[in-house]
Amino acid sequence: MNAPTVAELKAKGEDPEVLFWVGCAGSFDDRAKRVTRAFVKILNATQTKFAVLGTEESCTGDPARRAGNEFLFQMQAMSNIQVLNGYGIKKIVTTCPHCFNTLKNEYPELGGAYEVIHHATFLQQLINEGKIKLNGGGSFKGKKITYHDSCYLGRANNIYEAPREVLQALDADLVEMKRCRTTGLCCGAGGAQMFKEPEKGKKDINIERAEEALGTGAATIAVACPFCMTMMTDGVKNKEKEAEVSVKDLAELIAERIS
Amino acid sequence: MAALQQALFILTLGLAGFFIRQRVLRIRSNIGLGKEKKITDRKNERIKNMLLVAFGQKKMFKRPLPAVLHLLIYVGFLVINLEVLEFVIDGVFGTHRFFAPYLGSLYHLAMNFFEFLAVGVLIACFAFLIRRNILRIHRFWSSEMTAWPRLDANLILSIEIILMIAILTMNGSDQVLQTRIPEHYLSTGTLFFSSHLTSLFQHLNTSTLVILERFCWWFHIIGILGFTIYVTYSKHLHIFMAFLNTYYAKLEAKGHINNMPVVTAEVKSMLGLAPAPAAPAEPGRFGAKDINDLSWNNLLAAYSCTECGRCTSECPANLTGKKLSPRKIMMDTRDRMEDVGRSIEKAGPGLSDGKFLLGDYISKEEINACTSCNACVEACPVMINPLEIILELRRYVAMEESGSPAAWNSMYQNIETSFAPWKFSPSDRFNWAKQD
Repeated sequence: MNAPTVAELKAKGEDPEVLFWVGCAGSFDDRAKRVTRAFVKILNATQTKFAVLGTEESCTGDPARRAGNEFLFQMQAMSNIQVLNGYGIKKIVTTCPHCFNTLKNEYPELGGAYEVIHHATFLQQLINEGKIKLNGGGSFKGKKITYHDSCYLGRANNIYEAPREVLQALDADLVEMKRCRTTGLCCGAGGAQMFKEPEKGKKDINIERAEEALGTGAATIAVACPFCMTMMTDGVKNKEKEAEVSVKDLAELIAERIS
Repeated sequence: MAALQQALFILTLGLAGFFIRQRVLRIRSNIGLGKEKKITDRKNERIKNMLLVAFGQKKMFKRPLPAVLHLLIYVGFLVINLEVLEFVIDGVFGTHRFFAPYLGSLYHLAMNFFEFLAVGVLIACFAFLIRRNILRIHRFWSSEMTAWPRLDANLILSIEIILMIAILTMNGSDQVLQTRIPEHYLSTGTLFFSSHLTSLFQHLNTSTLVILERFCWWFHIIGILGFTIYVTYSKHLHIFMAFLNTYYAKLEAKGHINNMPVVTAEVKSMLGLAPAPAAPAEPGRFGAKDINDLSWNNLLAAYSCTECGRCTSECPANLTGKKLSPRKIMMDTRDRMEDVGRSIEKAGPGLSDGKFLLGDYISKEEINACTSCNACVEACPVMINPLEIILELRRYVAMEESGSPAAWNSMYQNIETSFAPWKFSPSDRFNWAKQD
C-alpha cells in the first residue's frame, strides 16, 4: 500500500493533487481503518496523486463544536488550517462525512478555504471517468443492498445520489428503506452522541435503524460514514444477524471488485 | 339606523385596530429581546424561499393529504379576505354589496368562487378536527401537547367553521331578500351553495330576514376581527410569521453551525495570530441560557411555529422515547418570551424573574439527546431551525458551566491532549498504513 505524506512529497518538490483527510475514526478505529485502507487501495489503483497528513493530522473539532465546546473546536480548526494552508492544500477528499462537513462548511469563515469532497462523490467521479474498472466477479449481481443515508452527507449537504450511483455500478439490487434520502433516520451517533451513552429512552436509535435496514431483506447494508458503520454494525449484532448481513462502506464494496 | 350602524362599525374597527396594534408592538418587542444579527444578504434567495415555501406551500407537500386540506384553508383564507374589503367599505359607507354594480356578472362569478372556497374550508376544517380528535394522530397528542395547545387548535378550526357558516347563511338570506326588496338587495345571481339554503328562509318574514342577514354580516366581520386578535395569542400566528420566517431562514448548508466571532478573536490571540481583543464593554454569555442570548431570528421562528409536530415526528431521539422534542423547544422559547413580555408590560422583573429558558423551560436531558441530524429542520414546513437553539443552549452548558455530560468532558480532554476524541497516542495516528 502506497500512502505518502504531504511532507514526503514536498521533500521531493512535489504537490499532491488531492489530500486524503483520514479522520480520527479512520486512523484509530479498527473497523474504520479497514475502510481507510480500502480507499487507499482505490486511490493507488486509479493512480491518483494523493497524500495524507499522517501524524500531522488532528481532529477537525466537529464533536467538540456539536457538544457545545466552541473554544476547543476553534483551537483545533485554527491549528489544522495553519497546517493545511502551510502546505498550500487546494483539494481535500475524506471518508468521513463529519470531517467533510466541517472542512467544507465551517473552515472557510476561519480562513481555510478548500475544495472538499466526500469519498462517495469522489468514487462516483472515478467511476464516471472510467478510471475504476470493476472486475467481472459479479458477486453482487442480483443481491440486495440497502444504503443508509448519513445525515452529514444527506440533509446536511444534500448528497443523496452519489453514493447510490456508486452502488448501482456494482450491479446490485439497490433496495431503499422507507425512511431514506431527506427523511433518512439518523444512526444515532451524530451531534457528539458517539462519545456518550444515549439519554434515557425506550430504545437505542441504532437498533431502530438496524431493524429498518434488516427489514429490507438486504444482505449488505452500505454506509458512507465511520460512525454510521459502528452504529449499524452494533445494531445488526444486537439482532444477531451478523452472520447473514454485513455492514460495509462504499469504498470497501468497490475495493473488493478491483483487482 | 343606518348612520348608527356605520358609527358602530367604525368604532368596532377602531377598537380592533387598537388591540391588534398593541399585540403587534408587544410581539415585536418580545422578538427584540433577542440578540442583534444582521440578515441582509442574498435577498433574491430569501424572496425565492418566501415565495416557494410560505406562499407556495412547497414543504407542506411532503405529506400530501394534510397538504391538500391545508391548501384549501390557506387559499380560502387568502381569497375570502378580499370579500372582507367589501365588508369594510359597506360598513364605513353604509352601502350594501358595494362592488356588485361595478362588477356586474363578474361579481356573481366572484361570489360563487368564494362560496366554493368557503365550502372547501368547511370540509378541510372538519377533516382536521376528525384527524385531531377522532383519529387522534399521534403528533397531536404527544406530551408537550397539553390542554391549551390542543384547545387552541380546536378553537381555531371551530371558529373557521362558524365564520364560513355565517357567510353562507348571509348569502342565503340575502338571496331571499333580493326577491323582496330588490332596490336595496342587489342581485348576486343564484349562488351555487347558499341558494340551497333559501328554502330554509322563504317562510320567514322580511324584517326577520333583514335582521338575520345583518346578524350574519356583523357576526362575520366581528368574528374576523376577533379572530385576528386571538391569532396573536395563538399558535395560528404562523399565517403571518411564516412569510417572515422563510425570508430570514438560514441559507447555508444545514450542516453548518454558526460561528462565534468572539471566540475566533480570542483563539487567534491565544495562537499568536492576532493581538488580544479589547475586552467588550458588556461581556455577554457564551451560548444561550435565556431568550435574550438567542438571536432575534430564533425568537421570530418561535412565533412562526404552528405546533404541527412534523419535526418531532421525525426526530430520532423522540421516536426512540427520549425527552427531546424539537417542537417543545420552539413552544418553550415562545412561552418564555410571552412570560417575560407580560412581566415587562406590568412593569415586573421581566428577564430577571429568576427563571431561565434553560433549566426552567428546557432541560439538559432534552438538549443532550439531540443527534444534530437536521431531520427536524428538514421537516419544518416554514423553515424553523430548532437545532440552532439546541446548540446555543449546549454552548452555554459547555462553556459557562463546564456542565457537559462527563463522557463529553473526557472527549474534550482527549481532543486537547491526543488530538482525537479517543485516548490514543497521536504518534499512532498513521499506524493504519503499516498493516495490510
